[in-house]
Amino acid sequence: MREFEYQRADDVSGAVALLAADPSARFLGGGTNLVDLMKTGVERPARLVDVRELPLDGIEETPDGGLRIGATVTNSDLAAHPEVRRRYPVLTQAVLAGASGQLRNMATVGGNLLQRTRCGYFTDLSRPCNKRAPGSGCSAIGGEHHNHAVLGASDHCVAVHPSDMGVALAALDAAVEYETPDGPGELPLADFYLPVGDTPHRETALPPGALITGVTLPPAPVAAHSRYRKVRERASYAFAIGSVAAALDIEDGVVREARLAFGAVASRPWRARAAEAVLTGAPADGDTFAAAADAELAAARPLPDNGYKVTLMRNLVVAVLTELAGEAAR
Amino acid sequence: MAPTPSSTSSAVTLNINGEKHQLTVDHRTTLLDALRERLDLTGTKKGCDQGQCGACTVLVDGRRAVSCLNLAVAAEGREITTIEGMAEGDRLHPVQQAFLDLDGYQCGYCTPGQICSAIAVIEEHAAGWPSAATEDVRPEAGPPPLTPDEIRERMSGNLCRCGAYVSIVQAVTRAAEAHGEAARDDDGTPAGTAKEAAA
Repeated sequence: MREFEYQRADDVSGAVALLAADPSARFLGGGTNLVDLMKTGVERPARLVDVRELPLDGIEETPDGGLRIGATVTNSDLAAHPEVRRRYPVLTQAVLAGASGQLRNMATVGGNLLQRTRCGYFTDLSRPCNKRAPGSGCSAIGGEHHNHAVLGASDHCVAVHPSDMGVALAALDAAVEYETPDGPGELPLADFYLPVGDTPHRETALPPGALITGVTLPPAPVAAHSRYRKVRERASYAFAIGSVAAALDIEDGVVREARLAFGAVASRPWRARAAEAVLTGAPADGDTFAAAADAELAAARPLPDNGYKVTLMRNLVVAVLTELAGEAAR
Repeated sequence: MAPTPSSTSSAVTLNINGEKHQLTVDHRTTLLDALRERLDLTGTKKGCDQGQCGACTVLVDGRRAVSCLNLAVAAEGREITTIEGMAEGDRLHPVQQAFLDLDGYQCGYCTPGQICSAIAVIEEHAAGWPSAATEDVRPEAGPPPLTPDEIRERMSGNLCRCGAYVSIVQAVTRAAEAHGEAARDDDGTPAGTAKEAAA
């Protein structure tokens, strides 16, 4: 590991100033991803600015009836919060589907959004990777890619975003608040992650040196009936090979509102707007759910070894929506 | 050899098992390495050193965490509890006793991490935290019973290469039952009820 300087930030403006003064610095949150990547040499910061003690660890009501979640709230505290569990059960389920109890106690909301892909080539310094070493090539396209992207990828990178939490946030129309030396800003989650294109090393639309300060959730009555379902290669403590965050509002057998987002199929949490368009106003039945999945997955471009994800996601969408429809009709 | 303070190392005071330890750490030092290599607290084990196996689990401010991904310098000001701090004198922690009584291990290497994790699992459950095995996470549904499925899910961050899982689940079950009875003896209500209402 490269030697580094360490400073603990007392306030947000101080943290932002410390990073602005040293472009090679990184913010340290829970460290569950960054410290691991520093051990393998993928990340080589010359300075860490520890932001865990910043006063950003609260979950508050917003004036419009939503919630604002501070950036240093741990994944555990987010998942356990009574109002999150009551109003946005899909978010609690998504967070609890990720990592382990130990890691959720450490990991922060801001860090979760900024965690890096677990593509094996990204963490293997001996192999080309456009995300880690721009221009070096993508080893996954002609190599091991059974868990790589089927939507929104490019010839330059097919890595998937590993977050479960982010998938629920995408379905909930969350927005990311941040602070920069020039003042605060906000990005809808839909615009937070950049398309892959030919710059897979550029992952978010955050301005350079920005510190995530919180995530806002608008009120979403539809989320009263919401669910996160994750498929993985073992029953617990593994990254997804496919996941769905869904919310459904049904009246008289017709879908009034639907929210759908996919995980582990793209470089970012994938909001399934084409599927939502099919669902809205249609009968809440299996035919509609399958048609909605097909509408979204028509854009899928699988590689030789990950075509199973298209079938898996179709089945997952139908299963989750069928469960939710049963629950909403009760 | 202990480093001297510089731009890439710091003098820190670590609060471990109620005792303050002053040392100078290279910033790259993990809490795990500080415990084992600098403070001779070798009960905490190094397994994967990547946050995947749970052998290095300790409590940080009362919550379980993997010490291999915590930097020692960042642990200053926090209360660290390791396996060495769980017993009261010669009286083992009830979770330690349950692991002993029910053979919750074979080789024992992962056991300190398993026990630290299990102690926290029982507290988290008593506080009403749901898990990925909880069918209905809404607070109105109340805390889920700590079934074997719940224990397996909540303990999934601790791997056991010997495969002593069957006994580990039994040990956690017994310790959780004892914890619940003790809490009822204290205030006449099931464990976790008061905390849940206040949450």
